[in-house]
Amino acid sequence: MAKKNVIVIGGGIAGMESASYLSAMGFNVTLLEKSNELGGHLLNWERLFPTMRYGKQVIDFLAKGIDFEQINKVLNVEIKSIEKKNTQFCVELSNGKTFFGDSILITTGYDLFDAHRKEEYGYGIYNNVITSADLEKIFMSGNPITTTDGKTPKRIGIVHCVGSRDEKVGHVYCSKVCCVTGVKQAIEIKEKMPETEVFNFYMDMRMYGMHFEALYKKAQEKYGIQFIRGRLSEAAENIDGTIVLKVEDTLAGRPLKMNVDILVLLVGFVPSKGSKEVGKLMGLNIGINGFYKTKDQHTLTNVSNIDGVFFAGSCTGPKTITNTITDARAAASSVASYLLGFDLHKRDIENHEEFWLYDSK
Amino acid sequence: MKNFGYTIQNDRQIDYDKNDTKLYDFVAESEKSIRTCIFCGTCSATCTASKFTDLSLRRIILYLKRGLNESLKKEIESCMLCGKCNLACPRGVNTRNVILNIKRGIEHYEL
Amino acid sequence: MIIEGKERIWKDYQKDIAEDNYYYARSCIRQNFFPGSEATFLRILISELGKDVYDDPNHTTCTGIAYHSDIVPLETTMTVVARHFALMTSAGYKNFVPSCITSFGLYTEIIETWYEFPETLEKTRENLYKATRREFEIPDNLAHTSDIIFKYRNEIEKKAKYKLVNKKTGEPLKIVEHIGCHYSKMFPHKGIGGAEYPYVLAGMVDSWGGSVIDYPERRHCCGFGFRQYAVKANRGYSISCSKKKFDSMAPYKPDMIITNCPGCPYFFDRWQYALSEMEGITYGENGNGIPAFTYEEVAGLVLGYDPWDLGLQLHQVACEPVLDKMGIDYIPENKYKGLNNIDLGKPEKATHLKFY
Repeated sequence: MAKKNVIVIGGGIAGMESASYLSAMGFNVTLLEKSNELGGHLLNWERLFPTMRYGKQVIDFLAKGIDFEQINKVLNVEIKSIEKKNTQFCVELSNGKTFFGDSILITTGYDLFDAHRKEEYGYGIYNNVITSADLEKIFMSGNPITTTDGKTPKRIGIVHCVGSRDEKVGHVYCSKVCCVTGVKQAIEIKEKMPETEVFNFYMDMRMYGMHFEALYKKAQEKYGIQFIRGRLSEAAENIDGTIVLKVEDTLAGRPLKMNVDILVLLVGFVPSKGSKEVGKLMGLNIGINGFYKTKDQHTLTNVSNIDGVFFAGSCTGPKTITNTITDARAAASSVASYLLGFDLHKRDIENHEEFWLYDSK
Repeated sequence: MKNFGYTIQNDRQIDYDKNDTKLYDFVAESEKSIRTCIFCGTCSATCTASKFTDLSLRRIILYLKRGLNESLKKEIESCMLCGKCNLACPRGVNTRNVILNIKRGIEHYEL
Repeated sequence: MIIEGKERIWKDYQKDIAEDNYYYARSCIRQNFFPGSEATFLRILISELGKDVYDDPNHTTCTGIAYHSDIVPLETTMTVVARHFALMTSAGYKNFVPSCITSFGLYTEIIETWYEFPETLEKTRENLYKATRREFEIPDNLAHTSDIIFKYRNEIEKKAKYKLVNKKTGEPLKIVEHIGCHYSKMFPHKGIGGAEYPYVLAGMVDSWGGSVIDYPERRHCCGFGFRQYAVKANRGYSISCSKKKFDSMAPYKPDMIITNCPGCPYFFDRWQYALSEMEGITYGENGNGIPAFTYEEVAGLVLGYDPWDLGLQLHQVACEPVLDKMGIDYIPENKYKGLNNIDLGKPEKATHLKFY
């Protein structure tokens, strides 16, 4: 029997790891990526919570799988159309090339929330307001963290839930990784600049992962990082370029203002542009929050509404690196089972629509 | 009464079993969104009146839920109903209507 | 400050403003607070720009103050507003232009309510008909008078005799802009530039040569509101709000404040006097205050109108420092002369605030 072909769309960590596993299981794998490099967002992230491991080490680890399995990597491409005829998929790229697949695995990931949309926080307007992604760029460059006029910051504020859990921007969901990223970045700042005061402003500290709570405690105990329970209502620029924050210190029950030299906005996950485009091309179901809708929340977490099309990674919702890698392997086994003719993904389960969650009536 | 030189202290504990939630229930009935408050304090941070008066809508909603109606009665008088908190709430609570209904409820129950 | 960032936001908040043929609705209080402003608006539109403006003596209050003080119910307010629209309709106009920010906010809120809840529109039509036998059309275009001046800011600049520039140093005047809350805070898309970084006044300042100051308490309330001022016991709160803003803007050494609400310039002006008497504080240079103007007054100064025709003698914070900086030619002795040179009498001298 001829080897079956799988097309994986998206060369982030989910795409990389599922491609390796699918190839190891005996399928021909083509991995399509729009940029010129595999690794996705992780390429722009220096260290990972909770261990402080370098992101690059994870990418290198995943790349070993890709190289060992001799995956057909196709970089710098955009998808023009995807057609399904019987059980065959035909993916046409904008450069005219076409690929045929017996199954498609979608790993189109997420985009970071555009912090400009929280106008009252002044991102892109006040000089010393940056996002968590901008801070990672500084970490990766090895440059010192300074204000725009080159001074060492005496105090840095980190704001949680920017673009997450916020009806005013239309994102009611939790992005999962920001709380612990805030703790991680606060520690990194303190390691580089022990004299700098760091404050985290939060609604809830969601330390759900293994060792996350330990990292939170270490941030307090070893690094003296402070946590204030209050959500930022607005930021403004002072005459000297520092940023004044307004929150309620909810535990003291009084409004609080604080000047910081740099304000870091922990931006959350939003459905990626790529996911939206591919979703439209193929007619994939989109959930209420804009991420792909899986066939079931608990059981069919990699299965789409189109037979032969599967999902992996954060295209179905915010996920950590660990979650994503696990999900990629799970998706690979779902695809493999389908291609080998098993009907595991067709098992019946009573339908539970997510809609009821969002309907208070 | 004899004075022994010491007093019997009032119990400060919130006695949840004696929690009188009629005012909260009254408000929640006409403005359901109050139930979704997570006490983040964005309303009180953005509040103009809170800068000069002892007003915190977050605390008022908490008092309401705990049935501490006496404590919130005076505090709510400081609200100027400008509605700024309505614009800021991340849970979409209709704060202005919450306040109006608390006032209606206070009148209704003659608290 | 990254100006491109603000410009991006301004692009997101544009609105349609009618070209001509305006039905003008005056404010209840502006003619008392700053009596030259509305006359100046009409003068600019009719004489300078050649527009058709209908100044209708038959319209009444929109009930805004009473509505926001919980005295008049919304249903009544809707009927009163509907009557204004009926007056507009019967005068043959479609573009409604209120002079008051609260009216503008209220008209906007009511039109939006009618749109979201059509049964309230039907009820209003019925109420108005029962009460007055009138019928009305919703305006094609609703814009605040400051929107109109914004729209024609560059035409005004072309006719300008003076710029918002310090004539001696050549530096742009440093100007604090403050919009009324009801302009765009309730409906950000109905205001030019939105609610967080409004452009309606900043655009005028840009066109006329000044430079806008963005200070930390820019978004804070001026202290007017209705409840905080209407009730005397609350006035301490009102003045504290204004003080918070003055304290925050003072380090930038602003030359003036420009506003588009009936209340804000009044409170910025009068509370500076009260603060100087209560605590001996003055916020300008050499015992002066920071003059607070309406946008019509500023437009009038730019066009070279006589400051005393603009009614600037009714400000408690003297306007003379700004007039001198702009190099405006004026006759100081005429300050307290009314029409036909009748002596208006002089106000009592303030203890700390400089008097001219």
